[in-house]
Amino acid sequence: MKRLALALMIVAASPVLADSNLPPAYWSNRQLPNPKQEEQAQALMAELRCLVCQGQSIADSDAELAGDMRDLVRRRIAAGEKPSAIRAWLIERYGSWISYKPTGEPAAWPLWLAPLALLVAGAWLIRRRISFRAKS
Amino acid sequence: MSRGLRLIPIVLLVWLVIGLAWRLVKPADTAIPSQMVERSVPRFQLPAAIDGKKGLASADLATGQPRLLNIFASWCVPCVGEAPVLRELQRRGVAIDAIAVRDTPEALTAFLARYGDPYERIGADRQSAVQIALGSAGVPETFVVDGKGVIRRQYIGPLNASNIAGVLRELEQVR
Repeated sequence: MKRLALALMIVAASPVLADSNLPPAYWSNRQLPNPKQEEQAQALMAELRCLVCQGQSIADSDAELAGDMRDLVRRRIAAGEKPSAIRAWLIERYGSWISYKPTGEPAAWPLWLAPLALLVAGAWLIRRRISFRAKS
Repeated sequence: MSRGLRLIPIVLLVWLVIGLAWRLVKPADTAIPSQMVERSVPRFQLPAAIDGKKGLASADLATGQPRLLNIFASWCVPCVGEAPVLRELQRRGVAIDAIAVRDTPEALTAFLARYGDPYERIGADRQSAVQIALGSAGVPETFVVDGKGVIRRQYIGPLNASNIAGVLRELEQVR
């Protein structure tokens, strides 16, 4: 009985939430009044990676740090900063890891070369098939 | 088609399966190191986090003496585990400053009363702005800062007793 109760308690337990007791930052869940700026901010936030829920963008993530980063992005865009400058500022701190936008770094070369390589391979295959048919 | 070419898909499949199995056994490291190591602490000025203790500015980290900069919060569970290690470092004469992330003075006062207060200064970073400027991805993290205010090392996650000797050695080295 005791064991069963313990098992039930474990099943019903909720994880300890590592959330602060402060409210979300002002611009974390609020759109900028200027639609053009908000559009810029949205586009940038969709390409910035959340440090907590890695694999989500900060636009999608509910983590507090993502909220604070959305606040940072909107504040800077409202102040007239270019999205590329904000991205560069964050890359300076967290490395290219933080940005979903592929870079020209050597690590990303296979990504850029893959379409070319696939095209060449496809052309080669087609050529072979055509020459086979022509023979037979 | 030659025999060798026909084997290619099988080789690729085996390679894929081995890759997946390897990552299941040995998950990737999810820590994101700060790119600010070996660079000066970014300029910032944070207000006091609690009554009776000064806030923290970047100038306070370039005093000619190496120091530790601890990023923590009262709502952070691993920070509780780290507290005795920081107290021990302070007892051995290490100067420690802190940035309290997203915290209230009440919660912070209670935390320090319960787990000890090894800090000389505590700055309140209510929207993680300085944390982001430092390239820190979570709490707790600890930076070793040399006398000129240059970050020399970053510890991600809680310090534990086995880190004490290493931290002391690093502080001595960057003097």
